Amino acid sequence: MKLTITLLLIFLASSLSAEDQRYPFSNPEQAQQFRELTKELRCLVCQNQSLADSDAPLAHDLREKVYEMMVAGKTNDQIIKELVIRYGEFVLYRPRLDPQTYLLWFAPIILVVIGVVAIFIMVRRRSARLDVKEADLQNVRKLLEDEE
Amino acid sequence: MKKLIFILPLVLFLVLVGFFIVGLDHDPRLLPSTFIDKPAPDFSLPRLIQDDQRLSQDDLKGEVSLVNFWATWCPTCKGEHEVLMEIVKKNEIAIYGIDYKDERVAALKWVNQLGNPYRAIATDKKGNTGIDWGVYGTPETFVLDKEGIIRYKHVGAISWQDWKQTLEPIVKKLKQE
Repeated sequence: MKLTITLLLIFLASSLSAEDQRYPFSNPEQAQQFRELTKELRCLVCQNQSLADSDAPLAHDLREKVYEMMVAGKTNDQIIKELVIRYGEFVLYRPRLDPQTYLLWFAPIILVVIGVVAIFIMVRRRSARLDVKEADLQNVRKLLEDEE
Repeated sequence: MKKLIFILPLVLFLVLVGFFIVGLDHDPRLLPSTFIDKPAPDFSLPRLIQDDQRLSQDDLKGEVSLVNFWATWCPTCKGEHEVLMEIVKKNEIAIYGIDYKDERVAALKWVNQLGNPYRAIATDKKGNTGIDWGVYGTPETFVLDKEGIIRYKHVGAISWQDWKQTLEPIVKKLKQE
């Protein structure tokens, strides 16, 4: 077990450093920015992996492209825009908030609101029904008492 | 009103089933091109055969053309190659090839052995033009009108059926424009 963990750590460390050597940055902030950016972008070939995770040749090329653009001094927004021009919004893991995606973003909230309102109405109806019964009960008790 | 509430889950379920049925027919690997009705992205690449010359987007203007991204390492491209040969044999159409991330020698051997359906072939050794055109897997084929504007994109190998049912009608329409 210990051996496995050690080997795993060695393997992880080596793969990380290999990646770092491939894309040398002048400062750690930029390296961090690169890592975050490639995590936000989807690999077009293996669609459930990010550019950072994917080993597909196209993902390599696109990482290279992102790196080149970063070194050229482009901002995250500019880089993302360049990729969206080519591949569409599909490259974004987090869909943008615009009229086309309102339903996607707000549907969960709307459903929760509908659910809460529905529960509220049901509970109120049920308690209203109980109120009536309570009044009837009192009448019945009174009648019973009178008879006694 | 009361009954309606009991039917509601069934209705919602049926709507969901409807989405699933539509989803079954939808291939998530097919991404719509963002370049439809936009000018073909700029490029300038060395040609494969006359390698002292270059091919650029301006060379594609003047007639309806197909721009086909292919590579010798791509197995589906081989099957498509036969169809492309058949298309140029039977039609007046310019097909331009962009040899994507490939070895020059292998590509030359390919056209010598299998035939050359292309008006011209450009070599995109590094794959940068592929990225600029939004290519995410060979083969991909763009249909360009006379102005060099991308009007349609086909992802994957073109079968003879694809040509007859989809691409040929588009090409015919564009020729009349």
